[in-house]
Amino acid sequence: MAHAEHNLAIFRGRLKFKSNVQKIWGVFTLLSIITIVEVYLGIIKPESLMTSFMSEFEGGFFATLGNIFLSPFIYMKPLNLIFIVLTLVKAYYITWDFMHMRDEAKGLRRAVVWTGIFLICYLVMILLFEGDYIFEVYKANYIKFDF
Amino acid sequence: MDTTVDTTAPEGAWSGGNNRPFKASYGKMMMWFFIVSDALTFSGFLAAYGFSRYKFVDAWPIADEVFTHFPFLHGVDAPMYYVAFMTFILIFSSVTMVLAVDAGHKMQQNKVIIYMFLTIIGGAIFVGSQAWEWNTFIKGDYGAVETKGGKIIQFLDKEGNRVGLKDFAVDLHETRTSQEASKGIWFDSEEVTRTTYSFEEVKAGFLANDNLLIRTQYLDEHGHPTVLSRAESEAKLINDGKLVVEGANLRHNEYGSPLFADFFFFITGFHGFHVLSGVIINCIIFFNVVIGTYERRGHYEMVEKVGLYWHFVDLVWVFVFTFFYLV
Repeated sequence: MAHAEHNLAIFRGRLKFKSNVQKIWGVFTLLSIITIVEVYLGIIKPESLMTSFMSEFEGGFFATLGNIFLSPFIYMKPLNLIFIVLTLVKAYYITWDFMHMRDEAKGLRRAVVWTGIFLICYLVMILLFEGDYIFEVYKANYIKFDF
Repeated sequence: MDTTVDTTAPEGAWSGGNNRPFKASYGKMMMWFFIVSDALTFSGFLAAYGFSRYKFVDAWPIADEVFTHFPFLHGVDAPMYYVAFMTFILIFSSVTMVLAVDAGHKMQQNKVIIYMFLTIIGGAIFVGSQAWEWNTFIKGDYGAVETKGGKIIQFLDKEGNRVGLKDFAVDLHETRTSQEASKGIWFDSEEVTRTTYSFEEVKAGFLANDNLLIRTQYLDEHGHPTVLSRAESEAKLINDGKLVVEGANLRHNEYGSPLFADFFFFITGFHGFHVLSGVIINCIIFFNVVIGTYERRGHYEMVEKVGLYWHFVDLVWVFVFTFFYLV
């Protein structure tokens, strides 16, 4: 079976490899560096990354809007945000280069990636909101807000 | 039925036919769609973990304090090093797998054999490591006491170091009488998770030793478990203490919320099962490569398909690693 050529460039074409084998080792190096950074941060847990960058906006409609748009920076510890971003970067390179998603037809790529990402985001959003709501109910011992 | 079945389809459509939607073969596309559905299963588990963690966000165990062991290094505090090692093993076996796929494209049978073999070895090391990790987790570390409300209290000395039950519990020479079916109307056989010390022994030892403090599951504003004063500790143990917990199982967990242990067993277990089945499938393909099946077939697409599955297992681990051990 004739096989389509591999796309040998990563970082949007900024880093080109000469052969597929070389690209594999390049991606392995990248994944290793990311993992080492994660483990290092996980062990030392720098104090500066343990409290969120911004505090909640107070006030009216625009404050609420700001809280929603900037929620990763307001409600999350920067350390956890870094971990999640690095995880997604790792997931991208595993899928794109190890699983050869980079070389697949656009239709297949979208059928797999968009479906998965949409459903996962939806599920995670619902469950985390619900978990937080129950936490507040336990803490306040009463209905926290009633629709 | 005739109206719903397209009888005009060419012979052998189900086995691939000549159409190649998305320019992918039937088998590879189906492997991708299986991976999508399996990814949704795993994200269901991880999202449920997130749900429970958010529900008890002020009393969730800190992974760094749970997974602190490294094989052959007893008593050394090594948070996360072992799980980092496991992560590297899995990433590296992914690399050898993708090298096998690459060698397959070039029809280099011997290279495929070597790389597949290395992949299988990596997978076996990973599964073994996971078994070790489970064993350590089940056996437990310092031991703790469960309160009447099902919360966990742990013991510290004045310097803030953890103290094991065996270091202070006194032997009260209590005699145990086992309950037997003949003596009771309603009989439950004794739980298998019997502990080394009874609650009374731990309580007596704690009260006799002024140097000990209790810390609760609840985290303070800095994310550290709350430590009680000596007077509060004594009151807490006398009024609320109920049961000694050593190690973790599906009902009790000395590290904190039992849900943490439940999810740990369930998610890493389900992932470990995937690794195990991946190793088995890899072995089948490996022997097919060795006897030259794919050489005769003219292509190594089976290696590519099993490779997709193997990379997916690695991909899932990346997320499990983050959400179980790091965040």
